[in-house]
Amino acid sequence: MAKMIDPEFAEKVAKEGDKSLFLCYQCGTCTASCPSSEITSFKTRKMIRFAQLGLKDDILPNDDLWDCTTCYTCQERCPRGVKIPKIILYLRNLAAQAGYMADAHKGTAKNLFIFGHAVSFKDKHEKLRKSLGLDGVPHTTLGSKKALEDLKTIMKANGFDSLIGYKEEK
Amino acid sequence: MKFSMFWGCIAPLRYPGIESSTRDVLDALDVEYKDLEGASCCPAPGVFRSFSEPTWLSVGARNLALAESDGNQLMTICNGCYGSLFESNYELRQEPEKLEEVNKILKKVGMKYNGTTEVRHEAEVLYRDMGEDRVRGKVKKELNLNVAVHYGCHFLKPTETRGLGEAEKPTILDEIVEWTGAKSIDYRYKNLCCGAGGGVRARNPELAKAMTLKKYEAVKEAGADCLVTPCPFCHLQYDQAQPEDGLPVLHISQLLGLAFGSDEKRMGFNYHRIDVTPVLEKIK
Ligand code: SF4
Ligand code: SF4
Repeated sequence: MAKMIDPEFAEKVAKEGDKSLFLCYQCGTCTASCPSSEITSFKTRKMIRFAQLGLKDDILPNDDLWDCTTCYTCQERCPRGVKIPKIILYLRNLAAQAGYMADAHKGTAKNLFIFGHAVSFKDKHEKLRKSLGLDGVPHTTLGSKKALEDLKTIMKANGFDSLIGYKEEK
Repeated sequence: MKFSMFWGCIAPLRYPGIESSTRDVLDALDVEYKDLEGASCCPAPGVFRSFSEPTWLSVGARNLALAESDGNQLMTICNGCYGSLFESNYELRQEPEKLEEVNKILKKVGMKYNGTTEVRHEAEVLYRDMGEDRVRGKVKKELNLNVAVHYGCHFLKPTETRGLGEAEKPTILDEIVEWTGAKSIDYRYKNLCCGAGGGVRARNPELAKAMTLKKYEAVKEAGADCLVTPCPFCHLQYDQAQPEDGLPVLHISQLLGLAFGSDEKRMGFNYHRIDVTPVLEKIK
């Protein structure tokens, strides 16, 4: 299948993701430094090339996009100062908007609406805390209804609830 | 009052021994602190920033604004929290339009962020604000341990914005570890990521584990007694994903706690998956 080069997509990534995108001259230092590229089909340099060319069909549905651990090794070593992780994170934002969000990630994101934290909080965790002489419930959104409501308002104002398919249980 | 403590998610909710050890260490060093009341998840840099940068930025700004109204510096004990809050703070300070956008959203809950909060990491506070003499002065028990230091990724990187020195051959954590009498040993793959970041632990646990195993083999080969990290998320990954005979994992606060002679029962070692007893036996 012929690949469609979409310069507008590339411009958008450079504008909203990071303007360093077009500085990349494809040396491959990033791939060679990447702990994920070493053992997966994800290749850092290739992903940046896809973005430069605006090959969005090679990017958005591509599972490889999610194999970056954001370790920043590539950015530290890139001779052209490309902000690689920032670009990858932006591409993921676009992938999420296009509906390519893993269920496991939706689950983590929902925790933010329920607990205000990325992980759940149950009785056993409260007990564990108390056994160490800590307050059972941390003084966070877990201990304050208002704080949790404020947080939810902020996330909803960004449309985060609809992005992850979260509906309040009444 | 000097610091508002941002405890994060993994430490208080999964390894609370890290939180209690930190409290004991800060108390021993006479550091003034309070909890950051009403804080939420930072939100986690890899995961939430991957889904929606604007959500990540405004949730981070809410936490930064809470510390701002305390009038304190914000202290984290986790590389993830540090990375997220440091980076969101940086973006908001660099780009006034973004700060304005975020404040439109914060206004809905009656808040505003002016960009004045300083984001700190416990390890860097120990190194720069406390310093060697003050920390060494509290050591009651010299630790005869061989420690494999794991920096994690978001403590020093990106170095351009962090300003904590370079990340290819850093020494800051090794130095703190050696203040306790322990020896920080060299090993292959010292700078390798734990594998869990960027949402990889949730979405591709096999990949995360492969990176952990590489580290596991390297630290075993080097003859380390334990892994020490400044990050509860790396801590979780190593404690959960190494094989049964993996190295015990200690947060930097737990290591300092042992050296300071803090109450071991408050360090939560009995809740670690990988048995910490060999470390405790060795330092007896
Ligand atoms: S290291 Fe930098 S310049 Fe080289 S391929 Fe990677 S992004 Fe491009
Ligand atoms: S930040 Fe991502 S792409 Fe860059 S080296 Fe690390 S895992 Fe690879």
